[in-house]
Amino acid sequence: MAVPKICGIETEFGIAHTGTEDANPIAASSLLINSYLSEVERTGEGGPATGVTWDFEDEMPGNDIRGIAPLGSLAPEIETHLVNAVLTNGARYYVDHAHPELSTPECSNALDITRYDKAAELILMRSMEAAAQLLPRGQALVVYKNNSDGKGNSYGCHENYLMARATPFSQIVVHGTAHLVTRQIFTGAGKVGSEAPGLTTAEVPFQLTQRADFFEEEVGLETTLKRPIINTRDEPHADARLYRRLHVIAGDANMSEVATFLKVGTTAIVLAMVEDNFLPREFRFRTPVQAMRQVSYDLSLAKPLELADGTSATALEIQWDLLDQARKYADSHGLDAVGGPVGEMVIDRWEQVLAGLEADPMGLALQLDWVAKYRLIQGLAERHGLRPDDARLAALDLQYHDLRPERSVAARVGLETLVSAEDARAAISEPPTDTRAYFRGQCLKRWAPSIVAANWDSIVFDVGDEPLRRVPMMEPARGTADHVDELLADCDTAADLLNRLRDPSSR
Amino acid sequence: MAEREQIKKPAPQREQSEVEEAPEVSEQGQELKAELDELLDEIDEVLESNAEDFVKSYIQKGGQ
Repeated sequence: MAVPKICGIETEFGIAHTGTEDANPIAASSLLINSYLSEVERTGEGGPATGVTWDFEDEMPGNDIRGIAPLGSLAPEIETHLVNAVLTNGARYYVDHAHPELSTPECSNALDITRYDKAAELILMRSMEAAAQLLPRGQALVVYKNNSDGKGNSYGCHENYLMARATPFSQIVVHGTAHLVTRQIFTGAGKVGSEAPGLTTAEVPFQLTQRADFFEEEVGLETTLKRPIINTRDEPHADARLYRRLHVIAGDANMSEVATFLKVGTTAIVLAMVEDNFLPREFRFRTPVQAMRQVSYDLSLAKPLELADGTSATALEIQWDLLDQARKYADSHGLDAVGGPVGEMVIDRWEQVLAGLEADPMGLALQLDWVAKYRLIQGLAERHGLRPDDARLAALDLQYHDLRPERSVAARVGLETLVSAEDARAAISEPPTDTRAYFRGQCLKRWAPSIVAANWDSIVFDVGDEPLRRVPMMEPARGTADHVDELLADCDTAADLLNRLRDPSSR
Repeated sequence: MAEREQIKKPAPQREQSEVEEAPEVSEQGQELKAELDELLDEIDEVLESNAEDFVKSYIQKGGQ
């Protein structure tokens, strides 16, 4: 049986410092995050755990799932000196590669991911407001939830999924590639023009995704150069004998909640099916990297993709096949690994969206980002008689992702929501209850002054009268409210907690 | 938990359109067009006034 598909999203946001000639993206990102941290500390409205920094002890992004890193591959660098906070909702908020980045807490299902992704937007919005208070008049920090600047520079929205170590990696590559290439028809956030070398806006006036232009390899370790469709980073942040963490770098950041929900929900189901060796048919593309771009450039969704066995299939056909298998899988294995009822909700929504894409994609303008954006781009071009390379269309593309309520285009479209405003607000400071993020978040809420550092799989306590104590959390599905609420209720101080953990019988 | 409520909630748009009597195709088309026009009016207002400069100045360092 597949292990629980515990998952998380890390989003690198675009940032602009307006009203100054002297902008530096790293300084701007630091200011943005520090403004938020001090604002929340001042108002006491939950959020960050004051004074607790990220613990880099177990960061090994250079490890390769395939065992040894191929010669010439670039191991990602870790920047340990930049602002790096842990929030009481279990998330990490930090500066990475000259961008503000927020990693959601570990979630057990796609609906929770959607909720924490929404909470991340709210955190970035509050950060912009807090920074505006500190900056000179006329200056502002503006945050964009997109993946490209339109000039060939891309930054990512990565997904992570817990996988059983025993799953053959070759199977993850085959089925993962088939899904990541074809899911673009509903995960794409849309983009005006192309940033692939040699292609102009005349050839690609609009495409489904922000990211497809930037993928050059099928499998590999890199994330910033020569990006691979399947990333091999082997850094499980959990018991490495039992687990790996599949690090998916091939997706877009979504404004639409339905798109985020499906992006993570369908991928979790496909990976569960891979783990249970359930998929009978392999869709191997003849040229996966080209297939990825072809899907992104084909607004008709009708062009067949060439397969290695000499046959062909469209992205929609492959998605219908995966959905069909998912229904059978639900019947034979159940969906406990992907959140039970939420898994069922994913399958139903998956079918609705595929049916909608087949009938008339434009009917999904309230569900999918690329459709919503494309409708506006077409509308604006028609209204003002604009050519495809007119700056106003590029501006509209950018502003679709602007997180300022007064400027955001996505906020005006009337996109369907899956998460109530109240639930999203609560998720700013409250951790999910059914993963180890609960234990992390609760400890930070209660005992931040006694915590020196935290990371995905441990918390380091300093209770004064003994050496620093690291509490490991190597099992992502433990540390839930069910597991630890009673224990936490029994402890008044962090020292009590450490005593109880050392000797479970002590009270 | 909050998720429970949301799971039961069906997609709102679809329900509505099923309940309403199906309008003539042309009428529906006109409605959609009017809605889009209204949205474009709003977008014309919020769009950065100097689109060229705005687009040109949006430069990011590459990331992951």
